[in-house]
Amino acid sequence: MSGIGESLKRIEDRPLLLGQGQFAADYRFEGQLIMRVVRSPVAFGRVLSVEAGDARAMPGVVAVWTAADIADIPPIDFRMTRIKGLEPYRQPVLARDYVRYVGEPVAVVFANDVYQAEDAADQVFCDIEEEAAHLDATAPPVPFMPQSLPELLSEPAVISKSYGELDKAFANAKHIVELEVAVGRHTGVPLETRGALAVHDRETGVLTMYGAAKVPHYNRDAIGRMLQLPKGAIELSEGHVGGGFGVRGELYPEDVLVCAGALRLGRPVKWIEDRREHLLAANHSRDQVHRLRAAVDEKGFILGLEDEFFTDQGAYVRTHGGTVSDLAAALLPGPYLIPAYRVNGHIRLTNKTPAGTYRAPGRYETTFARERLMDAIAYRLSLDLVKVRRINLIPEDRMPYDRKIDALGTEVIYDAGKYHDLLERTLELVGYDALRAEAADRRSKGERVGIGIALFIEKSGLGPHDLVRARLLKDGSIEIITGVASIGQGIETVIAQICADSLSVEIEQIRVVHGQTSRIEVGLGAFASRVTVMTGSAAQIASRSLRDKILGVAATLMQKNSTEELTLINGMVRHRESHASLHLSEIAEQAPEIIEADGWFHAEHMNYPYGLHVAKVRVDPETCGVKLERYLVGYEVGRAINPMLIHGQIAGAAVQGIGGALLEEFVYDEAGQPLATSLADYLLPTSNETPFIEMFLREDCPSPQNPLGVRGAGEGGITAVGAAIGAAVDDALQSPGLVDCLPIGPSKLHAMLRKYRQARD
Amino acid sequence: MTDKVSITLRVNGASYSISVEPRRSLADALREDCGLTGTHLGCEHGACGTCTVLVDGIPVRSCLMFAVQLNDEEVRTVEGLANGEVLHPLQKQFWENHGLQCGFCTPGFLMLAAGALEADPDLTDEDLRELLSSNLCRCTGYQNIIKAVTLAAAEMRK
Repeated sequence: MSGIGESLKRIEDRPLLLGQGQFAADYRFEGQLIMRVVRSPVAFGRVLSVEAGDARAMPGVVAVWTAADIADIPPIDFRMTRIKGLEPYRQPVLARDYVRYVGEPVAVVFANDVYQAEDAADQVFCDIEEEAAHLDATAPPVPFMPQSLPELLSEPAVISKSYGELDKAFANAKHIVELEVAVGRHTGVPLETRGALAVHDRETGVLTMYGAAKVPHYNRDAIGRMLQLPKGAIELSEGHVGGGFGVRGELYPEDVLVCAGALRLGRPVKWIEDRREHLLAANHSRDQVHRLRAAVDEKGFILGLEDEFFTDQGAYVRTHGGTVSDLAAALLPGPYLIPAYRVNGHIRLTNKTPAGTYRAPGRYETTFARERLMDAIAYRLSLDLVKVRRINLIPEDRMPYDRKIDALGTEVIYDAGKYHDLLERTLELVGYDALRAEAADRRSKGERVGIGIALFIEKSGLGPHDLVRARLLKDGSIEIITGVASIGQGIETVIAQICADSLSVEIEQIRVVHGQTSRIEVGLGAFASRVTVMTGSAAQIASRSLRDKILGVAATLMQKNSTEELTLINGMVRHRESHASLHLSEIAEQAPEIIEADGWFHAEHMNYPYGLHVAKVRVDPETCGVKLERYLVGYEVGRAINPMLIHGQIAGAAVQGIGGALLEEFVYDEAGQPLATSLADYLLPTSNETPFIEMFLREDCPSPQNPLGVRGAGEGGITAVGAAIGAAVDDALQSPGLVDCLPIGPSKLHAMLRKYRQARD
Repeated sequence: MTDKVSITLRVNGASYSISVEPRRSLADALREDCGLTGTHLGCEHGACGTCTVLVDGIPVRSCLMFAVQLNDEEVRTVEGLANGEVLHPLQKQFWENHGLQCGFCTPGFLMLAAGALEADPDLTDEDLRELLSSNLCRCTGYQNIIKAVTLAAAEMRK
């Protein structure tokens, strides 16, 4: 039977393999208009005028809008982590008064054809009084919009958290270890760019936006509010989605504009982003500088940790509010005890593309910072790199461990964990000592080979609730309806496996409907590695309840007084003694009404997966190129629904992490012009740069917080990559503390080496 | 620029008589004029390989070719890969080995590998890894794509 724990192939794959997918660009409606966005060519400046007359006169052009044409539409609001004082920094749908980054939408063209729309957009002239771009998030704040909002500075908020007695920790410290590290500006770069198509049905009055992703229900309500639509007048519909990674599916100006266009122009409006636009307009992420100070005792135990960090938020605060900085501040201490802690996280605006979340937001950055600090402590005290971690890890008998700090408005309580156990098992599996000995041997022969490890905590299963509706269809198949979204991670299969387990049917008998706001009233979507935990748990509750109802109906049909002697196996309900049986289709056919059941799952707290990464690298001393020879992720998932899909998540995430560690970076010139606006400049890893990602998946420690015992698996593959590779490069070059920033591209490594050697001369 | 040219595209054994601007890319012609939306556009500047199709058996990036450049050549897209209901060995192995997640880049990888393996069935695993580095995937980390293509290559040699 197709149940939990089996590596089943996915039920969603066949149409994707046949070229029958339905991605945003594949939708097409009769009479559709194409929308093209005119974007700011400069990083910062006052908008004097936007000349659209020539564009309006171009062939096929139906309308050109600037901010004045949509003055009634408010800026885009926060979906998460609303912090006091952020409101004035929200992004308008089209630039008003100022443009604040290259790529900011200034106007939109609606035309009959995509080529006509692009031609016309080229004829829109933005008269902008350019000002000096502000590009350094660690520099003192400057005015946000000097003339229109002269009081407002480019630091919307500082996130402060603390616990324990930090001053005492420093007073008692034997050593104080300080470190400054930086992580570059990266983003998710799904292979499918963003896109949307809005259609207004005049008969029903309902506006439908196709191409929805990630959080359809939230976005439906947000667009409805912005366009002042009555409840029920807008629905969002998700087709296939070509990758999300946190970036895709947040509410962006373009989503609102296609909806407004369809309503006001009376024709369907389609918008498909090009790649350059995507790199300029979709959320960036990472880009933090951390200044750490640790109070350490004589054994290497961290008595207290202080951090001041700066998040380069880019030009505006988008839907995530303070999410990334909040998570960074809350999860920096990671898997270590660290009895006292104080952090100030500065959210700083610059004239770059606005930032949001990207897979393991705040954790990729802080894991790099914290694990580099652990290495620095080991170097300072001449301790073994593993030993310093053993000394500081939270022991099993302290679980559940209340961090006495909050993240995303929930208390951070590590649900369960055997951190030491996973560390030892993983080191044994990879043969850590032999690996180090081999690297040392090769170094003695002139090669530059090194090993790095990094430990991490992830978080998953953000609540507060989720709803799944399970229904028996007339043909005996099962329909599962959920408000969750699929971004390619395989949720149909995972949800089907969970339900198949309860209902004793094959997963092919289950159809999972997701991302359709018209089909279910509640949906929280797909983010924060929440789907398997939250939706999976709700699916189990719903399918068990459906099973009970099916048995109840079957009992009546079989004229039995109770369901006690009935079992549901292989799509049949059987009576144990009489062997009488009914197929699910017969039950559905003969039932007086549709048999369906709702499953609600509520969770107050997130849960916390954990693990470690081991990297083996070889550095070319001539080119400073870094080659990965081996990479392993040890991960505690609680319970694996489909190990093959988890391995897919871990491997994919790890390779994205390798991109961030070695290749990917958004670079700007002094005027704020982005220098990485194509996939020839923003370098994604290819199959040539990626080793086989080994996975050591453990189910030693089920989460006590949900009925399945699961934790999320979407992010742990990326979290510690920068940290592990950084440590491995240090080791390869026998230069403790060398790597203090990511990505470690050849020119950067060369510069780091020069700085390192100068500091030691 | 907007004067249209009448051309006939031969795709997956069928003929499409269409009228296109000279600047229309092959990808746009396939998707918009022939309705073959299985070919996806990932970057439109030849970097990602998502739009790879076969032109007379050779993998090309259909975003970098104009539709009017084609005369008699036979174009093959992902829609023409399976034999009716029977999946091509590449499709089968991608499915068996979890070689796709979001599936957006998949048609490009399938056509790239199909073209290369038809031209030279004896490509080594190392050749294949090198070949596959010409396309981008952001979900899988490549290892299951490499595995699927390697297994399909063995199956196709049988």
